[in-house]
Amino acid sequence: MKKRKKNNFLLTDNQMAEFVSKGYLIFENIIDNKTNKKFLSEIGNTSTSLNKKNADQTWLAEHYNEIMKSSKIPLVKAGTPLKKAYKKNSALNDVINNPVLSGAIKSLVGDRPKLDHHFLHITFPSKYYHDANQKISQGNHNDCVIDPREKTFDIQLFYFPTAVEKNMGGTRYIPGSHFRMVNELAIARYHNIRGQKHVVCPAGTVIIFHHNIWHGAGINNSKKIRYGFKIRLMPTQKQVKLWTKKTYKNNHDEEALYWNKGIEKNSIKEILQKTEPWFEADSGRLDILNRIRLWRHITNDKNFDAAYWLTRIENDYN
Amino acid sequence: MKKQDILILYLSNSSLESKVIGWARHYGDKKKIGMAGDNDSPPYERGIEAIHDGWRLFQSSQLEQHSKGDEYRTGYLKYEFFFEKIK
Repeated sequence: MKKRKKNNFLLTDNQMAEFVSKGYLIFENIIDNKTNKKFLSEIGNTSTSLNKKNADQTWLAEHYNEIMKSSKIPLVKAGTPLKKAYKKNSALNDVINNPVLSGAIKSLVGDRPKLDHHFLHITFPSKYYHDANQKISQGNHNDCVIDPREKTFDIQLFYFPTAVEKNMGGTRYIPGSHFRMVNELAIARYHNIRGQKHVVCPAGTVIIFHHNIWHGAGINNSKKIRYGFKIRLMPTQKQVKLWTKKTYKNNHDEEALYWNKGIEKNSIKEILQKTEPWFEADSGRLDILNRIRLWRHITNDKNFDAAYWLTRIENDYN
Repeated sequence: MKKQDILILYLSNSSLESKVIGWARHYGDKKKIGMAGDNDSPPYERGIEAIHDGWRLFQSSQLEQHSKGDEYRTGYLKYEFFFEKIK
């Protein structure tokens, strides 16, 4: 891996289209165990016994505060360039400089993103709480107030230094929800959405989410603590062709609709038109239009279309 | 004392016959809690099946005109149906 040039780890066209379509990319087991252990050691206090008999939610709150005070996770001012956010020999520096992740970050938000914020999420086993409110999962939400940006997007890296097993209540997320302009927990009424997923992954997994994806934390029904470290990055440049130097042709041969041999498998057009199980019959089509619009933007390919979705409504002679 | 159970369904279009795409349960019995992510499988395939199963529909969302300039913006789920059972 080390012998490859850094640029070789930029995302492929298909990966970029997957991100545009689904709103996330999963890099399973991408961080090695040595770095995962180093990260846990830098947090500190992670070996505290979970079998502590007198543990209650007061103890847990104090424990959390202790970790926040004593950990080596740095205080980073909002807007700090990512390159200056973490000390050279720190685990987090190793994480963001992992060649694959570094290539993905560059592909999505460029080579000089700023750090918006980062946070260590610690989810204790629910049995330690006597307050019923702590035994309820977090409602679905997105991580922003109403965000009117249509072309620019932030990314959020979710780093899981330990394995997340099924009963640990890993983050629930709704694929393809990132174009939906809602206001944070306003969507909490939607308890379950067809096609929802829950993070279950080996240690060292990183998921890169579009900032607007709908998600929420589950209840930890295991005996283990669940750790997740989130890093939100914002671009400082136009997100156009950051992963490639290829010139996308602006004059496309359109395919026959709908009497045809089917869309080419794994093509950009197929990826952008994959519907989600929760798509409404009508507005799901608008989500596809919005994917095509974002693809046009990031490729600077203004005439790209799939199944004539946009060309049809742009044919206006008035 | 009789208590109210609530079922909220989100459907794929404005017809009760259409597919369930989202759902939530709330219980009159305080020992039961409905919460986010509590079930990955919908309670019914289609909205009308809730009626067949004895749920009483008491509210559904209106169809709203798309506002000019915002026709292609997507947001909240549109087809919301509230049901109840009194137990």
